[in-house]
Amino acid sequence: MSAVHAVHATHAVHKEPVAVVGIGQTKHAAARRDVSIAGLVREAARRALDDAELDWTDIEAVVLGKAPDFFEGVMMPELHLADALGAAGKPVLRVHTAGSVGGSTALVAANLVAARIHGTVLALAFEKQSESNAMWGLSLPVPFQPPLLAGAGGFFAPHVRAYIRRTGAPPGVGALVAYKDRRNALKNPYAHLHEHGITLEKVRSSPMLWDPVRYSETCPSSDGACAVVLTGRAGAARSPHPPAWLHGGAMRSEPTLFAGKDFVSPRAGRDCAADVYRQAGITDPRGEIDVAELYVPFSWYEPMWLENLGFAAEGEGWKLTESGATALDGDLPVNPSGGVLSTNPIGASGLIRFAEAALQVRGRAGEHQVDGVRRALGHAYGGGAQFFAMWLVGDRPPGG
Amino acid sequence: MTGHLRATLRDIAVVAFAQSVAPDPGLSETEMLLPVLTDVLAQAGLAPGEADFTCSGSSDYLAGRPFSFTMTLDGVGAWPPVAESHVEADGAWALYEAWVKLLTGDADTALVYACGKPTAGDLEDVLTRQLDPCCTAPLWPGPAALAGLQAQALADAGGTVPPGPGSTVVDGAAAVVLAAGDRARAMCARPAWIHGIDHRIEPHALGVRDLTRSPSTRLAAERAGAFEAPVDTAELHASHPAQEVILRRELRLTDDVVVTPSGGAPAADPVMATGLIRIGEAADRIRRGESDRALAHATSGPCLQHNLVAVLEGERRP
Amino acid sequence: MALTAPLVVEFPFTRSLGPVQSAFLTGLRERTVLGVRTADGRVLVPPAEYDPGTAEELRDLVEVGSTGTVTTWSWEPDPRPKRPLRTPFAWVLVRLDGADTALLHALDAPGPEAVHTGMRVRIRWAAERTGAITDIACFEPYGGEERRAHVTPHSGQFADPVTVLTTPARLDYTYTPGRAQSRHLDALARHRITGERCPACRKVYVPPRGVCPTCGVATAEEVDVGPRGTVTTFCVVNIKARHLDIDVPYVYAHIALDGADLALHGRIAGIPCEQVRMGLRVEPVWTGDGRHPDHYRPTGEPDAAYDTYKGLL
Repeated sequence: MSAVHAVHATHAVHKEPVAVVGIGQTKHAAARRDVSIAGLVREAARRALDDAELDWTDIEAVVLGKAPDFFEGVMMPELHLADALGAAGKPVLRVHTAGSVGGSTALVAANLVAARIHGTVLALAFEKQSESNAMWGLSLPVPFQPPLLAGAGGFFAPHVRAYIRRTGAPPGVGALVAYKDRRNALKNPYAHLHEHGITLEKVRSSPMLWDPVRYSETCPSSDGACAVVLTGRAGAARSPHPPAWLHGGAMRSEPTLFAGKDFVSPRAGRDCAADVYRQAGITDPRGEIDVAELYVPFSWYEPMWLENLGFAAEGEGWKLTESGATALDGDLPVNPSGGVLSTNPIGASGLIRFAEAALQVRGRAGEHQVDGVRRALGHAYGGGAQFFAMWLVGDRPPGG
Repeated sequence: MTGHLRATLRDIAVVAFAQSVAPDPGLSETEMLLPVLTDVLAQAGLAPGEADFTCSGSSDYLAGRPFSFTMTLDGVGAWPPVAESHVEADGAWALYEAWVKLLTGDADTALVYACGKPTAGDLEDVLTRQLDPCCTAPLWPGPAALAGLQAQALADAGGTVPPGPGSTVVDGAAAVVLAAGDRARAMCARPAWIHGIDHRIEPHALGVRDLTRSPSTRLAAERAGAFEAPVDTAELHASHPAQEVILRRELRLTDDVVVTPSGGAPAADPVMATGLIRIGEAADRIRRGESDRALAHATSGPCLQHNLVAVLEGERRP
Repeated sequence: MALTAPLVVEFPFTRSLGPVQSAFLTGLRERTVLGVRTADGRVLVPPAEYDPGTAEELRDLVEVGSTGTVTTWSWEPDPRPKRPLRTPFAWVLVRLDGADTALLHALDAPGPEAVHTGMRVRIRWAAERTGAITDIACFEPYGGEERRAHVTPHSGQFADPVTVLTTPARLDYTYTPGRAQSRHLDALARHRITGERCPACRKVYVPPRGVCPTCGVATAEEVDVGPRGTVTTFCVVNIKARHLDIDVPYVYAHIALDGADLALHGRIAGIPCEQVRMGLRVEPVWTGDGRHPDHYRPTGEPDAAYDTYKGLL
């Protein structure tokens, strides 16, 4: 028995601080016919390495996330993609936590650095939905079960109705979110949807698909990938650009369907945020967090998450949205990137939220940069609003 | 600083293991899993949902349904909500993720499980979906064919391939509890301490690899500290005899090492749980006092593309 | 008695190829085999977009021979229809002349005794070629010697290149819903709706899944629920789903059956969409020989008060 076991933990453990030093994403589109799956992930990874001024040999391990393998019809695609990701001779870990997977991917990668197993790790998430069809992948029939009656939007719309009933929100709040996010996307060159002629009136008059959810209030289906390079203090010291520092990260899950489940404000989301804030020393999220990139696949989820995450009191989220506080020039910009409403490669969508939060604190978000961001929240969720992953990043090292 | 125990922040052990192979075929995945979770939690003295972290491994392609793991979460008792994750891989990689989580100090205990019903589909077809989607998968070469290519390559290179059965594919579930430091000691009389775990991948295409070698196994074993002292036991995840020959060589197993006393994949191969079971079986040998230093191996992908090695140790006996 | 049913997962996946695979597969259509040269001078066939060892991007295409040498093989006794040949054959890794790596394909041979590592083989081209790996019908034995000088640079340019490959894939499964669901489905066939009560928290689950997901314990106590229930929330569906034969608009609702502790999902009919509301009392309607209710219709009872179902939203 080696001497190491004489040191009896569970004493306090000193984690390595984790920094984001490289971020890359693809140009997202309904169909990226110009690249293979390997080419798609490569585009994001290469941009992240370039941002960090690193090369493949600097990466010690790869964590890869995506939603169901059936979307591309490749089982465990990390096996096939190992070559494109420069992973020969390295560890590759494949994460799948439904829609939250992009966030989980970043957190699993961050833990490899925090535990000092690896110095520098690449986290990458992708979806190439054009290889199949998103609705096919999401609604494969299961024998003996009644057919899924409503499609993706129909799954969420009843929860939106429940939110409106519970809070008394006026019916137009969802359109405000969609208009804001689609306008923000115009400032983001990587966003899938660039609706140059968008007006609030066009959103309000778009077809009512799943009443109360209109067409313009729904997310697209995209091909895309996102990559981040995570490292410790030594790697951060060599970073050519300011790093984003991880101040808190957490995952929480609750069962898919259960007695007492609150679909409007799931407890797993509240608990996950509380854990992140505790780690980061945040007591007043509304006052202390400067920007939030939230996973909003349907417009109304912005006010719902604002409450769930503690930015607004219960029943008050829609007032925050309605006041303009979440606009790019508001005091709590939400989804300056244009969000999931403008770009949705499902498996990558969570990592894009995490990456955009990091871009904001690094001051590298380009045209959609918010001034003076010190702390930003990245948020992802999935399944039947049951899996949550979040991180809070800051412009200074934790405790510094 | 990479990969070596000397760098790790705290001691983690396997303190409980349970499995069910070839259960009643009329059960759902969750029904198959539930008694295994109940068993492993009872061994560790944990209530459902009490572990600080939960991580599972499974594959939608085995189940034939997307998001299949979301339903097996029903067996965990995830209320109040739990810190939880899932890998689309063998449960051995879920154990790796949980081990990392415990090393950070954010959790002291973890429940790891894996679950698969490979008999629901035809693995000869299903596993072809792992191969290069443009150049190889359209030909539908099954795992038996790929195993044959590897065995022939070994024979051509002068290796002796002993006759023996391939894997026996069955449904199954397995679960392990990990715990750190004194928590581990409180849960188990003789914890199986994880000296090190590492995993490495190789290029995907069979035609660019030397199929008679497994450099990723060798590297993972080095990084896990396997060669720092002899092991007395090795649980190998080999789905045919040629793979065992290759693994024995890469792991430098001498003739006095007890190799796969559980019977391994030839006895029962519940795909996606098979690797986790190797770790659980090796840990059980240590917990029972039958081993002092054991190696466990798990593999993924065609012809040993991706390999994980864990080295487990019991406390030195007086 | 546990139920089982066939489950088919089938889709014609569309693979966008990228530059290297596009050139390779288009080349096969033209009976030209392309490889790619790495920085250290090796020729990879099939060509990789990225160096398997160094991850460097590879674009330096070369043409190699259509004859080659078997580097390893295995006999395939099961020539199922998806596979390249209709009779038993050998899977082979073939290093084509001029290449440094091997390609996996089929070898047409009368039996395993006719196959050996090191044997010389050549491509048998498919009569109809579309730009796919199956444009190589298979390999066949060939008497000629290896010729290294075969490698010549190639632009990778062809007229009318293949850029997207359609790869149909069908997998057949046997689905087993499990014991608890089988009991529930048997009852449904007799127009009875059953749930199961958790022995710990006493909540009633419909449909039952054999386990209480919050307590993590097995459920077994069967309970009749409904048949009447309350619409807790809903949406009006105005877009026709591809896989459903239901006229729009219709109402998709969450319905808490009396005695159940969570809502299930169903369609509301027998009432204009705009009159459906939260709290509406409904009952199931079975039609034909369907196991599940076709829809739910209003019972005519007064609406349930919000407070009675708000905990089920």
